[in-house]
Amino acid sequence: MMDIIVPVLLFSAIGLAVGIILSVASKLFEVKTDERIELICELLPGANCGGCGYAGCSACAAAIVEGNAPITACPGCSNVDKIAEIMGVKAELSEPKAAFVMCSGTTQNTLKKYDFDGTMSCSDISQLKDGDKLCRYACLGYGDCVKKCAFGALSVEDGIVNVDKEKCTGCGVCASVCPKKVIKIMPKNTKVYVKCSSEDKGIVVKDNCKVGCIGCRICEKNCEAGAVTVIDNLAVIDFEKCTGCGVCAEKCPKKIIKIS
Amino acid sequence: MLENILRIAISAILINNFVLSRFMGICPFLGVSKKTSTAAGMGMAVTFVMTMAGTITWLINKYILVAFNMQYMKTIVFIFVIAALVQFVEMALQKYSPSLYSALGIYLPLITTNCAVLGAVLLAIDTYNYGLVETIVFNFCAAIGFTLAIILLSGVRERLETAKIPKFMQGFPIVLVSAALISIAFLGFAGM
Repeated sequence: MMDIIVPVLLFSAIGLAVGIILSVASKLFEVKTDERIELICELLPGANCGGCGYAGCSACAAAIVEGNAPITACPGCSNVDKIAEIMGVKAELSEPKAAFVMCSGTTQNTLKKYDFDGTMSCSDISQLKDGDKLCRYACLGYGDCVKKCAFGALSVEDGIVNVDKEKCTGCGVCASVCPKKVIKIMPKNTKVYVKCSSEDKGIVVKDNCKVGCIGCRICEKNCEAGAVTVIDNLAVIDFEKCTGCGVCAEKCPKKIIKIS
Repeated sequence: MLENILRIAISAILINNFVLSRFMGICPFLGVSKKTSTAAGMGMAVTFVMTMAGTITWLINKYILVAFNMQYMKTIVFIFVIAALVQFVEMALQKYSPSLYSALGIYLPLITTNCAVLGAVLLAIDTYNYGLVETIVFNFCAAIGFTLAIILLSGVRERLETAKIPKFMQGFPIVLVSAALISIAFLGFAGM
């Protein structure tokens, strides 16, 4: 009988001692966490894309609770109203944004100037003679941005990157990794945009790319709202003035102004 | 005495390295070795747990288990003590180093089931019959060996990040191959 009782008692005693030590330690090392942080963290997408400027979704949630970030801090969050409810403030929807690839230089439209056999990444190739495409402003299409996209919204087709507007949250990670700066973050409902980034003179663009903006100013002359100006040989649309009439896209000889 | 301790230390760190020649503690070894900084943090957490576990279990073994003639309860009691220690480390880390706490993530509570901890404790008490000082040195050095191994692997893995690896070898396959190569390198210490 003693063979059973003694071990049981001893084991209980050890357990009790450990329990007491741990409970004292938990008081000693207590970390006060706001329960709202966890609640908000669950509402965020959890992709840790970094689009909000914080290290990850939990860091963003902490910043929201502490008041360092607005409740709309997350660019890809669809639960802003619920977060607002937790924080006890009214939701003011920030304008949803999306990534736009300002290049139409598919493999058919702009040819390669050399063949490269090595690590296929935009950041490497962009350092070699401004990339392997004839146009030095072109999307290289090796997908540095595709790898970084936490939402699977990007894909490479015909040598340029395509954005899936449904999936894109406008976090801007792709724009920051693109060595050519060919991805722009713009309001999701942007109606008209110039799908080209080339600032070369028209004659150079004509040699390099079948569709690039040649800076002919036809769009500028035809825009009734005065929203299009050609700056550095590239048509630029002022979204504040643009009415989305689409005349520029119609008149563009290169059909490089796109209506979405 | 000093010579003996030195022998134990070198044996535990290099010759019978817990990860690379005894193959204990593989889970955190592969799980937390992605970045050198977190690997070093994991190594330090394991070092603390192992050293403390060695000390406490030796005392419990000698003054409770042997005294009451119930060494057969060893494994259960030891696991219990280790689990409590890990809880303690977890609380302390959450308080003093939240970034390391979140970086270690699930692998921190998993030190509980890190067989290297229980393995070192049982080896010291059962197999080698070490005294208290020897047990502490053995456990500490075993943990240093673990830290050494995990930092070595994390260094290799950081360089693998930029290497061009065939698709079928990406991810864990290449890590396991690297770990195996480090292990083979450590075989060179055998027979020292």
